[in-house]
Amino acid sequence: MGQKITIEPVTRVEGHGKVTIHLDNEGNIEQTRLHIVEFRGFERFVQGRPYWEMPVLVQRLCGICPVSHHLAAAKAMDVIVGAGTGNDLTPTGEKMRRLMHYGQMFQSHSLHFFHLASPDLLFGIDSDPLKRNIIHVALQNRDLAVQGVMMRKYGQEVIKATAGKKIHGTGAIPGGINKHLTEEERDYLLQGDDYMNVDKMISWSQDALEFFKAYHKKNKGIIDEFAEFPSSFLSLVRKDGALDLYHGVLRAVNKDGQKILHDIDYQEYDKYIDEEVRSWSYMKFPYLKEIGKTNGWYSVGPLARMNTAEFIDTPLAQKEFELFKKYNGGKPSCKPMHSHWARLIEILHSAEKIKQLLLDPDLMEGELVTHGEKLLEGVGLIEAPRGTLFHHYKIGEDDMITMANLIVSTTNNNQPMNEAVKQVATRVMTGRKEITEGMMNAVEVAIRAYDPCLSCATHALGQMPLEFELYDAGNRLMERKLKG
Amino acid sequence: MTRKEPRILVYGYGNPGRQDDGAGVLLAEKLEQWLQERNLEQVNTDFNYQLNLEDAAGIAEYDLVIFADASRDNVESFRMEPLVASDKVEFTMHAVSPAFILHLAREVLNKEPEAYLLHIRGYEWEFMEGMTGRANKNMTLALQFIQDFLLRYVDNWKRS
Repeated sequence: MGQKITIEPVTRVEGHGKVTIHLDNEGNIEQTRLHIVEFRGFERFVQGRPYWEMPVLVQRLCGICPVSHHLAAAKAMDVIVGAGTGNDLTPTGEKMRRLMHYGQMFQSHSLHFFHLASPDLLFGIDSDPLKRNIIHVALQNRDLAVQGVMMRKYGQEVIKATAGKKIHGTGAIPGGINKHLTEEERDYLLQGDDYMNVDKMISWSQDALEFFKAYHKKNKGIIDEFAEFPSSFLSLVRKDGALDLYHGVLRAVNKDGQKILHDIDYQEYDKYIDEEVRSWSYMKFPYLKEIGKTNGWYSVGPLARMNTAEFIDTPLAQKEFELFKKYNGGKPSCKPMHSHWARLIEILHSAEKIKQLLLDPDLMEGELVTHGEKLLEGVGLIEAPRGTLFHHYKIGEDDMITMANLIVSTTNNNQPMNEAVKQVATRVMTGRKEITEGMMNAVEVAIRAYDPCLSCATHALGQMPLEFELYDAGNRLMERKLKG
Repeated sequence: MTRKEPRILVYGYGNPGRQDDGAGVLLAEKLEQWLQERNLEQVNTDFNYQLNLEDAAGIAEYDLVIFADASRDNVESFRMEPLVASDKVEFTMHAVSPAFILHLAREVLNKEPEAYLLHIRGYEWEFMEGMTGRANKNMTLALQFIQDFLLRYVDNWKRS
């Protein structure tokens, strides 16, 4: 009898996802799918609203990365107010936004590593699920847990200083920014007591990297072979090829490192990228038009950025980047678990960038906003923690939004996550008659490497248990389990 | 020797762009106005879309913490209950429960304030600004309750 196993929702993944794995009569993998219940209503929600509201309004899309949406929308609105396509802001405007963005990257990546990834690394993916959280990390490695909490807090403090507040921040406005950094804010972030200073953050970022590298040395099988599959990669890069998380041109490379999207101006992204709808998922499947639907998909996120960039412009992160590149023979890494490594390099890079910016006097004085001639359409792209985030808007003569199209990072990673699920399921479930907790978690570990954020923010208490369902070949429910 | 004043935090969380999900945030905002009028310096408010790791460091600075959140539970209009620390992991680990935050503060920072969870009954959760009339009424009742609770708490502390 064939079986269909459903893992729903995926634990430690934001939003709501469901994995179905179909086995044939012999227990071989017949088909795997990651179904996403994504909320697409937001694009309609903003229509009819004035364009200048967008940078604030879109933060309500997601409670996890509101800053990324805030900045991507602000960049699109820069175009609409005639402030150029990213290079024409005042030095203060651009640097304050960058500081905000590096704060977001730092805290978001820290959350992922310390809260989501480190339990798997410390305890193993077959360990008791109840132990795979930061509290049990604290019981085994207290320093690591303290660092996780305090690095998150530091990143939030950077955001607060630049965006004005933690929720509904108003820092970025069409054409620039609405505040300078005060001397008090700068000194607090540079030299704060009780761990709250940038040098401590740089030092802890290096410690986290050493922790990972030591683990990697002992567990090459998991890090190098788990869910490996060939992929193309896409991200923004600076025009000279440097890693740039805030602005740049769009580049994609294939598994061999050859460019397949040649540093294009992202205002024209829709000439090169399209989205396919598949009947079994609410989330679309983006692809490069020139290559086509079947093979034109790509991965985004920290690993993609390491694979597309040629260098990093901060010294400590550059050293780590060189080690990463050398380990992979100068070719793109197609190993999803290397995402953790890439994420840690970006944490270090962000901390270094935060320090550079805090020492820059432009943050404390200078013009805040650029003005120009209004346009009726604008695209804003940013490298969000989870990958490239697209915001595209059109407005009418009355300044109201008439069209919005958002391609969020997790949507860009839709096909790669499906590929990762297939790889893991085939490897750990083929021929097995019993589906263990560890095996199911292995599927989730593969998905979590992408740190997906599947539409979120409503969280009324107690509504999201972990659900497992087992079906027979006739699609009859055989077993159902709830966790969480 | 002067006694140290108690430090109290009321922390509302939820998404005001998702109708009744914003009940906790709205309560915290309205309470803040009232605190300024009453000059109750012992009490601070905070709010966010959802709770996260760093909130453990935040609550560790207080003697009493009240979390306020919208609830789908079948409560009459609101309910406040003592919060018990727990390491139970919920489905979404990008956001964590107040019980988890309390547990994290205890295990990582060696601090465990007295804590309560205030449930405010909500009904609608779509992408839309503004709460339903019923949830707004529940939030107003919960706000009055919290105001009385805080006044009594501070008064009792002064008498003790």
